[in-house]
Amino acid sequence: MAVVEEKTSPETSEKSWHGIVLQSLKRNDIRLVPYVPDRVLTTLIRSLHADPFFTTFPTAREEEAVGIVSGAWMGGMRGAVLMQTSGFATLANVLASLAIPYQIPLIMFVSERGTLGEFNYGQSLVCRTMRPVLDSLAMEHHTATRLDEFEFIVDRSIKQAITTQAPVALILSPLLTGGKVFDK
Amino acid sequence: MNSDTSARNTKVMNRFDLTSRLIAKLKNEEAVIGGIGNTNFDLWAAGHRPQNFYMLGSMGLAFPIALGVALAQPDRRIFALEGDGSLLMQLGSLSTIATLAPKNLTMVVMDNGIYQITGAQPTPGATVADIVAIATASGLTHSSWAADEDDFERLIEQSMSAAGPTLIGVRIDDKPGTGTTRRDPVQIRERFMHGMGVREPL
Repeated sequence: MAVVEEKTSPETSEKSWHGIVLQSLKRNDIRLVPYVPDRVLTTLIRSLHADPFFTTFPTAREEEAVGIVSGAWMGGMRGAVLMQTSGFATLANVLASLAIPYQIPLIMFVSERGTLGEFNYGQSLVCRTMRPVLDSLAMEHHTATRLDEFEFIVDRSIKQAITTQAPVALILSPLLTGGKVFDK
Repeated sequence: MNSDTSARNTKVMNRFDLTSRLIAKLKNEEAVIGGIGNTNFDLWAAGHRPQNFYMLGSMGLAFPIALGVALAQPDRRIFALEGDGSLLMQLGSLSTIATLAPKNLTMVVMDNGIYQITGAQPTPGATVADIVAIATASGLTHSSWAADEDDFERLIEQSMSAAGPTLIGVRIDDKPGTGTTRRDPVQIRERFMHGMGVREPL
């Protein structure tokens, strides 16, 4: 598959975390981005919708999005899934029965809720299930906390996922994104 | 058949027979995605093709996987076979598919009202839920029950030139699947990707 080198548009060339995600997806020819929304991902989702390079749409459930990008990969189109922590918690079955055994390079961006000031007890508990699930499946995962490292982590992780045909989870820490503003 | 839902006033057919009728109509390397359990056992038994994909888990994802293939390959016709119990796990996918409206996707729901492979327990909607009505209400306007085998074949052919995605509900009996899929996920995926023309043969 051809790697696309697109000119950066002004609104995404800034070194914001979401601009880096968008440009890294583009650079690696990842065109299909289904998602289940999260407040922190709002700017990224909006910029993906605004760019005709991407086919991006909401799904009713995270595992549905995983099924879609898995089918797309098998049909020759690269994809990535956006979700938040609680959405990741619904994925153990599909990771263990589809992405891993079929060797599908599933790329996931997980907005991390449940830490660093979380107010919702349910969110903080479900967050603690995420890394043990990833570790128990021996899945590659990285927690991004710093903007200066982020492009390296995203770009290299995408390339590794594709070349080794293995899923990867990129966890977007509130230290990177600013997280949810707990104003109510 | 565990259900007496009046909306499904159609002939009770057989999954292997219907799957064989579908496969016999394929002339252009169409993709066929089989759901877990009996739908993919019968797909395998109807004649293995590199364009068949067999699920070994991830219940309810036959239609989302098929949607992904349909988006990646808009010029290829994609069929997906799913059971009623599996579809109940992922009803939201019908809305997603209706919204994206891929013209090249045909979905078949094999409805016998039971979780056949786990011991034939009734599904939660067995006596009251109408899968085709749910699909229509989800936005899939090309949704219908097949009255009998001839009607099934007619609906399959009609779907091949439809202006949007098509869902076909079929009432089936409780006969177990024919054959057993070889359970090698990587081999299944590699062969399917070869069948989709995105991989060289080994």
